[in-house]
Amino acid sequence: MTPAADTGATTPGAATPDKAPGAATAATPDKAREVLRVDGVSVSLSGRQILDGVTFAVGAGEFTGLIGPNGAGKTTLLRVILGLQRASAGHVLLNGHPRTRHNHSIGYVPQKVLLDPDMPLRARDLVALGLDGHRFGIGLPSRQRNEKVDEMLHAVDAESFADARVGNLSGGEQQRVLIAHALIARPQLLLLDEPLANLDLRSSEEIITLLDRISNGADIAVLLSAHEMNPLLPVMDHVVYVAEGRAASGTTNEVIQADVLSALYGHHVDVIRVHGRVLVVAAPGSADHAPLTVEPAVETA
Amino acid sequence: MHRLLTWIFEPGFFANQPVHVAIVIGAAVAVVSGVVGVFTILRGQSFGGHALTDVSTAGGSGATLIGASPLVGFVGAGVIGAVVMDAIGIRRVRGRDLATGIVLGASIGLAALFLDLDATTSNTTGATQHILFGSIFTTESSTVPIVIAFSVVSLGIMAFIYRPLLLSSVSDDIAAARGVPLRLVGLLFMLALAVAVGLSALAIGSILSTALLIGPAATALRLTRRLGWSLVVACLIGVGGTWLGLLLAYDSYDWSSSHQGIPVSFFIVAVQFLAYLASGLPFARAARGRRPLGISAVG
Repeated sequence: MTPAADTGATTPGAATPDKAPGAATAATPDKAREVLRVDGVSVSLSGRQILDGVTFAVGAGEFTGLIGPNGAGKTTLLRVILGLQRASAGHVLLNGHPRTRHNHSIGYVPQKVLLDPDMPLRARDLVALGLDGHRFGIGLPSRQRNEKVDEMLHAVDAESFADARVGNLSGGEQQRVLIAHALIARPQLLLLDEPLANLDLRSSEEIITLLDRISNGADIAVLLSAHEMNPLLPVMDHVVYVAEGRAASGTTNEVIQADVLSALYGHHVDVIRVHGRVLVVAAPGSADHAPLTVEPAVETA
Repeated sequence: MHRLLTWIFEPGFFANQPVHVAIVIGAAVAVVSGVVGVFTILRGQSFGGHALTDVSTAGGSGATLIGASPLVGFVGAGVIGAVVMDAIGIRRVRGRDLATGIVLGASIGLAALFLDLDATTSNTTGATQHILFGSIFTTESSTVPIVIAFSVVSLGIMAFIYRPLLLSSVSDDIAAARGVPLRLVGLLFMLALAVAVGLSALAIGSILSTALLIGPAATALRLTRRLGWSLVVACLIGVGGTWLGLLLAYDSYDWSSSHQGIPVSFFIVAVQFLAYLASGLPFARAARGRRPLGISAVG
């Protein structure tokens, strides 16, 4: 989150960070076919309130950024959606129905996947596991299976390293393979937990472009968590901003406002739009409220 | 040519009944250890596997004490140990060392007691030696069907959990999100591991069984980049190394004029160790096909 790391993603003075306002409002969650609805979800872990009444919806083919500082509860929220974490209140609807245990309509790329260089697994093997890795038995090779894998490797531009060990790939290459792994079962919703963390700027941009292509072209809803929103501004249809366990959702212009974010943080923050970038900055007078967060008082979101 | 062959295979090697039994048991044990061993390394559970060898020591010595077959003791105790370790929390990274350490310590204590009782109260001569360092040349042929049955059980479990086990070895989070019952898969793997360790204890001794579990698998993982090939190579190295060890031990009776043979377990472990060292040599590493550095800059 160093200021130096997030410069240059957008040309200074370029067009508004949001997509064209008309396009953004036309695709509100209510109008697009609703893939995911998170309704009043609260989570308490060992007496600590992690999430407090989080509500938002994601429509088919939409690109939604789940933005907030580290420790805001983004990962917990994704785990609730996946059914890996029980909500103490509220519920999650997938395509209008309560989620079932074995739900294959969600593809998932977790935050930290440590792929050991010694693991005898080629990129294409990992992608194939996305098809049938949850099934018992050895599984027999089939031409149809191989074709699907090749198709998916092509879709994420991973053909050139398809036969390399995944552990030997760069961070950006591994993300591509993990995305292909998550997509090959044809989910309607793709969840990614901090996929841009630890990526260099160029890899980060390539992953964003790829995800944008997926959400638009394949009509798959993308919900991506990040602590840094600027690289995502050109592609996000909606933003869900999480802070202090609370969330606000809408278009970037609706949510990234001083009054909305101040209400979330519980103290005053300023939103500065400069050179096509958005900065969320704690106001000087708010220092006495700041201890609410473990984050530094100055937040470059 | 004939002289060379008789020099390599000392007279009587192929006509010898204990050798026949050893060849069959050695092969079965090596195949099971190879398959289970590869996953043991991938899951970072080598230490857990080692703890199970100590459980096997306690089981084998206890079984000998009551006059039962050591193999039943090895496997039986291993299975109980696997369940206990699973209950303590072998699945959690932090629980893993704890579970392993507790079970390991308790087992060595029991083994010390049983081995002492074996030596002092029963008339099973050489029991300690057999349990700790193996009995592949002294195992009766009637044990072979039991070895085969245990091998089939262990390999059967591995075939059943193959894909979910691999997925959870890549990422427990992804596997859980896909609905893989992690607890069940983890427990089944520990059971397959317990059987593998028990079989290996019979062949080369409970203390050395880790060598057959980890050695060939570690060598195979260095030489291959596809899991299927890792498993095949681990089995081949395991079986080949075990058979070579048998042959060397058999031949060693004639190496000295006093006809004092060198223990077969030493040779089996030594061959595996040398194979592992050789797999680190440059020409061997090239076999796994490292990608040129230039490509990794893309993306």
